Amino acid sequence: MEQVAFFAGAIGALGGAIAVIALRNPFYSVLALVVHLFSLAGLFLLLHAEFVAAAQIVVYAGAIMVLYVFVAAYVGGFEEPLWDAIPAQRMLAPLLAGALFIELSIAILGTGLSSLGSEGPTIPFGFGSPEAIGKLMLERFLIPFEGASLLLLIAAVGAVVLAARRPALDPASPGGSEGDERVDRISGSPEGGEPTAHDIPPSQTASQRWDEKAREGAAADHGPTPSTRPPVPAGSDPREGGAGEGPADTQVAGPEEVGTGGRPPARRTEAGPLPAAPAPPGEPR
Amino acid sequence: MDLTWYLVLSALLFSVGAGGVLVRRSPLVILLCLELLLNSANLALLAFARSLGDADGQIFVLIVMVVAACEVVVGLGLIVAMYKRRMPLDVDETRGLRG
Repeated sequence: MEQVAFFAGAIGALGGAIAVIALRNPFYSVLALVVHLFSLAGLFLLLHAEFVAAAQIVVYAGAIMVLYVFVAAYVGGFEEPLWDAIPAQRMLAPLLAGALFIELSIAILGTGLSSLGSEGPTIPFGFGSPEAIGKLMLERFLIPFEGASLLLLIAAVGAVVLAARRPALDPASPGGSEGDERVDRISGSPEGGEPTAHDIPPSQTASQRWDEKAREGAAADHGPTPSTRPPVPAGSDPREGGAGEGPADTQVAGPEEVGTGGRPPARRTEAGPLPAAPAPPGEPR
Repeated sequence: MDLTWYLVLSALLFSVGAGGVLVRRSPLVILLCLELLLNSANLALLAFARSLGDADGQIFVLIVMVVAACEVVVGLGLIVAMYKRRMPLDVDETRGLRG
């Protein structure tokens, strides 16, 4: 009976493992791993590790596999071509895996351990039960237990940091910058830079825009910053023009304000509703 | 069943997982193969725990499962970050750190 259970579990575990690496779709690989984990939990039960088997099913097949399924569904059903990138890999990898198996088997069988051919001693009642495991964990292995909890905390924080959006790092990625800008514009996330015209009332946008112009004008007066700044008015002007003012005005004002610092505010007061005209020129200093 | 059967099965599962890490190039499947490796090690640990009649190996298995969970969380976070930055999900393509 035990042999039947062992071979059933072994076939399930081995089949699941082979299916994990043989299936093309990662989603199916994840499901094959669930089969593998359940078979392995059966083997754990044969080894009188009841609590570990339950934890295997609950933690692994329950929680971790759900995480895998979520990520596989999020990343999408891409099908990787199994064999064709490095042709030598096709021959070499199974060969190496087979060599590893033979080596491990020689190592196992060659140890000459007297316990290899036996089932082990008769174990006491309650071996591997939650009670025994809990007693061991909280008495003898208290420090590894606390270390494990600390490790889980660090991993949770690390996952949040990894998966969080960091727009400052996006342009560094190869070919990733324009795509992410598109995402920013679609989702309208507020961290994507300057606020859009829909978020704030028009008078405020006008004054803010006017502040920007004044700041740029002052910077153009005072020296080295404009050499780094010029892309900013060139890039931001058309978008601001859509906010309510005629684009012709901003384009006319553009070249002038680089030369003469203080004048664009005066033009703005004619063009649009602008409160508090004299205040912002003093602000940049 | 003898201890040998469990150990040979564990070695077989470990080789399958190692071959998967060598063959596959999707980082998600590589993480799955790492799970295979860790689980085969768990099987060997439990087999030895049974063979010695000592439950310490089971504590070891539980700690290994914690480590595997952390590895999965961080690895999947990396995969999601790669996907968000439009990087190719292929470990042959992401070679920015190769010397």
